Amino acid sequence: METRGTRELRALRPRNGRRDRRAREEPRPRLDSLRAGDDRPWHPFQADTLEGMPVESLFPRLEALLPKVQKPIQYVGGELNSTVKDWDSAGVRWALMYPDAYEVGLPNQGVQILYEILNELPETLAERTYAVWPDLEALMRAEGVPQFTVDAHRPVRAFDVLGLSFSTELGYTNMLTALDLAGIPLRAADRGDDDPIVLAGGHAAFNPEPIADFLDAAVLGDGEQIAIAITEVVREWKAEGSPGGRDELLMRLAESGGVYVPRFYDVDYHPDGRIRRIAPNRPGVPWRVHKHTVMDLDEWPYPKKPLVPLAETVHERFSVEIFRGCTRGCRFCQAGMITRPVRERSITTIGDMVDAGIRASGFNEVGLLSLSSADHSEIGDVAKGLADRYEGTNTSLSLPSTRVDAFNIDLANEFSRNGRRSGLTFAPEGGSERMRKVINKMVTEEDLIRTVTTAYSQGWRQVKLYFMCGLPTEEDADVLGIADLAKKVIQAGREATGSRDVRCTVSIGGFVPKPHTPFQWAAQADHETVDRRLKALKDSLRGDKEYGRAIGLRYHDGKPSIVEGLLSRGDRRVGAVIRAVWEDGGRFDGWSEHFSYQRWMDAAAKAGVDVDWYTTREREENEVLPWDHLDAGLDREWLWQDWQDAVNDVEVEDCRWTPCYDCGVCPTMGTEIQIGPTGRKLLPLTVV
Amino acid sequence: MAQRLRVRYAKRGRLRFTSHRDISRALERALRRADVPVAFSAGFSPHPKISYVGAAAPTGVASEAEYLEISVTRECDPGGLRAALDASLPPGLDVLDVVEAGTGSLADRLECSAWRIRLPGADPALARAAVERFNAAERIEVERLTKKGMRRFDAREAVVSLEAAEEAETTAGQASSQSCVILRMVVRHATPAVRPDDVLTGLRLVADFAPPVPPEVTRLAQGPLDVRTGAPADPFGLDRDNSRGGETEPVSEHVGGDL
Repeated sequence: METRGTRELRALRPRNGRRDRRAREEPRPRLDSLRAGDDRPWHPFQADTLEGMPVESLFPRLEALLPKVQKPIQYVGGELNSTVKDWDSAGVRWALMYPDAYEVGLPNQGVQILYEILNELPETLAERTYAVWPDLEALMRAEGVPQFTVDAHRPVRAFDVLGLSFSTELGYTNMLTALDLAGIPLRAADRGDDDPIVLAGGHAAFNPEPIADFLDAAVLGDGEQIAIAITEVVREWKAEGSPGGRDELLMRLAESGGVYVPRFYDVDYHPDGRIRRIAPNRPGVPWRVHKHTVMDLDEWPYPKKPLVPLAETVHERFSVEIFRGCTRGCRFCQAGMITRPVRERSITTIGDMVDAGIRASGFNEVGLLSLSSADHSEIGDVAKGLADRYEGTNTSLSLPSTRVDAFNIDLANEFSRNGRRSGLTFAPEGGSERMRKVINKMVTEEDLIRTVTTAYSQGWRQVKLYFMCGLPTEEDADVLGIADLAKKVIQAGREATGSRDVRCTVSIGGFVPKPHTPFQWAAQADHETVDRRLKALKDSLRGDKEYGRAIGLRYHDGKPSIVEGLLSRGDRRVGAVIRAVWEDGGRFDGWSEHFSYQRWMDAAAKAGVDVDWYTTREREENEVLPWDHLDAGLDREWLWQDWQDAVNDVEVEDCRWTPCYDCGVCPTMGTEIQIGPTGRKLLPLTVV
Repeated sequence: MAQRLRVRYAKRGRLRFTSHRDISRALERALRRADVPVAFSAGFSPHPKISYVGAAAPTGVASEAEYLEISVTRECDPGGLRAALDASLPPGLDVLDVVEAGTGSLADRLECSAWRIRLPGADPALARAAVERFNAAERIEVERLTKKGMRRFDAREAVVSLEAAEEAETTAGQASSQSCVILRMVVRHATPAVRPDDVLTGLRLVADFAPPVPPEVTRLAQGPLDVRTGAPADPFGLDRDNSRGGETEPVSEHVGGDL
């Protein structure tokens, strides 16, 4: 760890070290709606009471509350393949949080992978914690029970690192609940040496600026290797007697350029509100922070032992990532941009992982995950090999995220051979040919009709189609095109089957421009426009006597997308809105029954944040974006060029099969596309 | 179908918070991990042939006596299956006994349940007085919200016996002991079912008796009502009499085992 940066920093340490030890003067937030009739300001754990105390299980205290809450089993832990390690012999202790309800958080691959990798390390332990529902939160506040892990029910504040995985920005308020219940100061600047390092990862961490005030650090990209590296830095620092306190630990992490520590960067603004500059505020801190990329997925075959919950969760299956990254180049897709390049897991590793995972879990469904699963170079052999292996065992395979143009019916038949034949889902995303060119989703109407015709004639009766509304340059006609497309799909189905018993469900999501995509400069459509187009679409389908009843339509109104847009492309000034929403009782914003648009708008007004400025305003090429110092590997000039191409309906090809178009990832990150075919096949499993 | 097996299992400790649906998912996975050759139904959406017998203990209530039947496609040794399935289930869901199904319906044999209710911090004298009043009553109307809405029914007639005892409880790690009342009861299965919480409601109605903290309820046994003892007899007795018989575990009163 001894670098020039470290040495320079040592000289600065006394001044910086003192800053963290000042008294906490933050007023407690008012949470009247959640306080369970008790008017006293409540705090579960004070820093000075924790020190030197043995870390005991909170379960006996929690257990008394469980008979009073919904679905108590989610708080009990003890899942098959979960791990409880000895507290005292672990030098570094991670609490891993997925900031949503257990039923959503438990199946999360990222958390399961890190949980297993960290627990495999010697003298390291990792436990999991999830967002508690408001019924339990109220009881915990009333009884003084702090945020706990589900593994050994230890208090979250006792851990060294609290790692949060943000798949979506809508978990931000749940993070604040967890911090507060844990007794950890909400503002990173108010934390002391006894508080965990609060570290964010996941796709939303590619722009962590809206939560910068609440985070000590953020990590971009694949977590496997960086989680281990961080563990070793923490271990070394603790072994040295925690020199320089929390500030030095953060500095050691920051100077590597692989961990973003928001407090070491200052943001200046122009008078008109745009960002003038984002710059490190002390020597040794690099100007840019880079994302992490695991190059050989065969070396990291996790999860090996999937967690099997007792409670019901959203994905009841064993999932294997068959590749990471996507170079299809859909311009709206943040995942496709920030996870480049494509790295395939080999057919043999996939086979081994499925075999081990099924044995270890007893799941009867295997999901082959990726951003576009049918694009794996050996997907046909994978599907056939697995279907052969699990013939007669009632084990079904599923292939989420299948592109229309990569789909073929042999594949679909293999996937439904041993289990249920579920519906087929395709995502043309845009309703018109022009729209699909803008977003670079190169799927033609002919592709779609040909594919659904085959599917219907092979016995499928139901096809699901995903679209977006509110895309850049979109006009009413583009959205009405969705209705035309759906009608043609039904027409093709009726012709192929000679029956009127075919259905098609259209699901529509609101488009939200995301950081690190060509649409990062785009104006988001306001919710009135989105709602008007959706209504016109609905009327067009409803009024159709011939096809209307064969087509189902699912959509949400446009308001939640505006809040997501504010959080996605927000800067540090948006943090005050998040906090105000949370203080007003905002929780579980990803759940429509808990989400309140009005609460977000009121909080923004109170914080003096102009929501339109962040969402529906188009950005200029040279405007400093809040995430410009965070490097996803993509060349900014290429992103801008691709944005210009989008507006001019110019498409780009997939660089897996055509020459490189210089998005910048491979040269900057020192990576390259890694795809097969390996030419190997899956052999039958030997019977034990 | 090669064989039908009857299983007695327990849900203990913190796994008492599992719902019936949670248990059914856990069991299906455990059967797969244990390589039990479960028979599947035919049809578009095949499902394993497992039937749960009797009314499941409610979520939050522990049990030493839950019953189910499994059909398997090839013959299994009941003792071996018991051990394999028990090892495959998470600790707290424990397989106690497996027998090959004899003739007659198991459901018909589950006539009554024996329950134990721990009431930490409750006053023993008040509890005894309340129980006396309960037992002296002819009929005690209680209300409970069921799936069909609020229902009003008699909680007294189905209760074969109800008694209160005192247990000196020592909490782990604490020297002080606090009074703890133990209620034991045998209740006939009726429609609507009279559950332990209905009996507690009855105690509140007849004597204004209310425990200070949530009760800890355990189902101890289910079976045909033995008129000599006034308690449920072993419902597998008939299966054991006329078959090769399974391995019988000595089933002691194992309540609230730590995880």
